[in-house]
Amino acid sequence: MKFKVRGIDTFASTGGRPFDKNKPLIIFVHGSGLSHMVWVLQTRYFAFRGYSVLAVDLPGHGLSSGESLKTIEEMGNWVGDVIGAVGCKEASLVGHSQGCLVTMECVAQHPEKIKTLTLMGGASAIPMNPELLKLAEESNPKAVDLMMDFAHGPAGHFGGHPVPGLYHLNVGSMIVQNKEIKDTLGVDFRACDNYKNGPEVAKKLDLPTLSILGAQDRMCRLKDGKILADYIKGSEVKIIEDCGHMMLLEEADQTLEILKKFIAEHYPLPS
Amino acid sequence: MDPKTYKFDTLSLHAGYQPSKNAGSRQVPIYQTTSYMFDDVDHAAALFNLERGGHIYSRMSNPTVQVLEERVCALEGGTAALATASGMSAIFLTIMTLCNAGDHMVVSSQLYGGTVNLFRLTLPKFGIKTTFVKPRDTEGFKKAIQPNTKGIFGELVGNPGNELMNMPEVSNIAKEAGIPLIIDSTYQTPYLCRPFEHGADLVVHSLTKWMSGNGSSMAGILVEGGTFDWMQNDKFPSMTEPYDGYHGLSFAEEFGPTAFTMMARAEGMRDMGPCLAPQNAWNILHGLETLSLRMEKHCSNALKMVDYLSNHESVAWVSHASAPGHPDKELAEKILPKGTGSMIAFGIKGGKEAGAAFINNVKLASHLANVGDARTLVIHPASATHSQMDEATLKFAGLSHDMIRLSVGLEDFEDIVNDFEDGFRAAKKPRLVANK
Repeated sequence: MKFKVRGIDTFASTGGRPFDKNKPLIIFVHGSGLSHMVWVLQTRYFAFRGYSVLAVDLPGHGLSSGESLKTIEEMGNWVGDVIGAVGCKEASLVGHSQGCLVTMECVAQHPEKIKTLTLMGGASAIPMNPELLKLAEESNPKAVDLMMDFAHGPAGHFGGHPVPGLYHLNVGSMIVQNKEIKDTLGVDFRACDNYKNGPEVAKKLDLPTLSILGAQDRMCRLKDGKILADYIKGSEVKIIEDCGHMMLLEEADQTLEILKKFIAEHYPLPS
Repeated sequence: MDPKTYKFDTLSLHAGYQPSKNAGSRQVPIYQTTSYMFDDVDHAAALFNLERGGHIYSRMSNPTVQVLEERVCALEGGTAALATASGMSAIFLTIMTLCNAGDHMVVSSQLYGGTVNLFRLTLPKFGIKTTFVKPRDTEGFKKAIQPNTKGIFGELVGNPGNELMNMPEVSNIAKEAGIPLIIDSTYQTPYLCRPFEHGADLVVHSLTKWMSGNGSSMAGILVEGGTFDWMQNDKFPSMTEPYDGYHGLSFAEEFGPTAFTMMARAEGMRDMGPCLAPQNAWNILHGLETLSLRMEKHCSNALKMVDYLSNHESVAWVSHASAPGHPDKELAEKILPKGTGSMIAFGIKGGKEAGAAFINNVKLASHLANVGDARTLVIHPASATHSQMDEATLKFAGLSHDMIRLSVGLEDFEDIVNDFEDGFRAAKKPRLVANK
């Protein structure tokens, strides 16, 4: 659906159900250069099980208007504003990769609004390889190819998508190339590279938190994901074997099952 | 720093398959089953509602067929693919997903005869009309576009006359009009050309041909490039507006670069059901493993054949984009740098009667209605593959009565030539041979 955040047209997938502000809200936040489309194998499930979901396109991404936000702090604040913009008071957040930094910042800035936090493929800092950063800021398509290479685990490079017929290396690539690379991926990579508050923010989090980590993640390595989880008080950790950074596509079923259990326990539907 | 994603030959052997998820089986298993167990009621509901991936019923998807789909998709550089029972069903499914009654297509006139008949005779029954344009008439494609036109369709190298469509320029015309370009790339395979790199949005194949190479199994496929923005205009409401069949799902919104294939499967396979048998998918996968090796030999034999035929006293003309003086030679060198394929059309001196004598007297070359087999194949299109066309349609499609269509195989070149010499000798005295 389209709605306005700070006066700018914003798009979020509602998982195929009409948005209802009276239902418990889950917001999904995508990673660098991506869009709502990466969440389709998680959002539809919750949307048809009593939740309202918003898989948002960050400003300048996917179907949202405006320019990409330049810092993780701004993005986190913007996600907090989304909640009020759709007439809700609170939400659970699910972030992937850069979306983990963004959702942590959102909790830090709007602690009263956020009930649970799920971090997929996260780390407390995501420093960028300088060559990759330069390629992205020059809109060189090689940046996308490298990102897709790093983002998928060894098994993911062979394919075997949970949805028959999809070849996920190319799906991710086309989602990123939907926009000018430097305006989305380039800006996002720079924002990740600049962000240094991760450890401090993580240490202050005080809400039910789940980290889903890929054992073969080369973008945010398993050990970095574990360090982040260790910073967060009481954080649950689930590791998916034989999986890279794109667990939400590479191992969509396992990811959904883990998320279902966490949400059911910590953010249940009203009885 | 370069990406270490797998390259073409590796993908042709491995893409879409993980042994660790299939009992360690190195070869792709044949899942000879109609249906799949659900974990529980919630799992079933989620699968039926496209909330999660997986298999329900082999009309919609099958694990063996899925490997083939992903493998071809990877080789083409696409985002999604859907395998079908034949190349024709892939085309039909594509058009029925794209168009509604009252819509219009612009289509190259030089096509396989069955495809011509689909657009000329069958689709009008569903209210879908077509304007045919000669493949070299690039401006003609632009002029033929109407407000209700939903796409441009063509074979890159037309069957059987070997005229090329200027894919990059026609793609620009399609983009300007906000409609997709659909290319039947059966003749090329992704080894010779990846149409998405030249502006195509959707690609269809008959996998029965070179992709398989063994002539054992029928199969087709639709591949999506993920390049077309269905939401750029209001021409494609079935892609962009809520679809009642899945509780108001908007395919374009939810699935973006895979939306067309998702809809073709969810609606087309559900309602029309031209599904591919897993055994046939397995046979095609075997062929794909050697695609590069076979295409190299097909092309090298074809080049020698063009030279041989061009210098033969019994041959009136030769059409192959590599041939000296071929009007599309320059374009072919640009978009088909690895070779222009192994289909050759040639005219035999003595016309239809000589052609019949030639075909009746070759022994190694097989006379049959197929192309792209590992074996050399010949046919007289005007009396076989394109026989359901009237004279005017034959002429518009670039066919003549002296034309022989040759699909050059992988045999030793000298053996093919010796066989053809027998055919040409007989063609010189057709009455005598016919009387025998």
